Amino acid sequence: MGILLQNFDLVIFLVLAVLGYTAGSWAEKKHYRSINQREKELIKLVVVTAEGSFPPERIADAALVSGSVVVSIDYFKRLLAILRNIFGGRIKSYESLVDRARREAILRMKESAKKRGASIIINMRLETATIGRSANKKKSVGSVEAIAYGTAIVMNK
Amino acid sequence: MIMTNVNTVPGKKIVEHFGIVQGSTVRAKHFGRDFMAGLKNLVGGELKGYTELLQDSRQEAMQRMEDQAQQMGANAVVNIRFATSSVAQGAAELFAYGTAVRVE
Repeated sequence: MGILLQNFDLVIFLVLAVLGYTAGSWAEKKHYRSINQREKELIKLVVVTAEGSFPPERIADAALVSGSVVVSIDYFKRLLAILRNIFGGRIKSYESLVDRARREAILRMKESAKKRGASIIINMRLETATIGRSANKKKSVGSVEAIAYGTAIVMNK
Repeated sequence: MIMTNVNTVPGKKIVEHFGIVQGSTVRAKHFGRDFMAGLKNLVGGELKGYTELLQDSRQEAMQRMEDQAQQMGANAVVNIRFATSSVAQGAAELFAYGTAVRVE
């Protein structure tokens, strides 16, 4: 007990790392499962980055749709990334972070387009920004925001 | 008001251009939300408070842009772009800009 109290900061650090690892990887797996499932459901709604042109008489409505999400990295992965910074190379934990954020943003955009009854989204654009406490510290990523926006087109049947 | 992020309003013809309209907003975070986000930073995952905050502010920026376009007498905004920047610690600026036009 005495040793534990003496190394109190170390204990906190280890607890946080373990918590980050278990909760973080569980949350990530769950998120990926839900992303995969929803992507399958929405596969019929086409998203393109091109503008395209449609005959005017076939278009019933056109409107801007957008989706955004802020995803944060867990404590354990942040540690890994800091270690990676020493040797360089791929930082896999951040790759999965931005991948999740972008796919989630696109899915949310698609969901709001589906509510309008759209059949295609044209000119889709993606943007990423870092916000939050770590935004001004250039070294760390912390949390990442992804925005997806495009023009949803509702066709006449 | 019709909003699109393509050059035209699909299915309609542009009859008049009014030039650029823009709207922006700077939002700081709520203390409680910031605290929750700090906790969430440990385990990772979506920061719902921030997502909501950014969505609200984007709506606000779009609303301001729309108001400006309305004043000019436009009925649509085309080629809308969004951008985000952090101007100060814990505050985010969101702005939206586009071209105000009148369609048939």
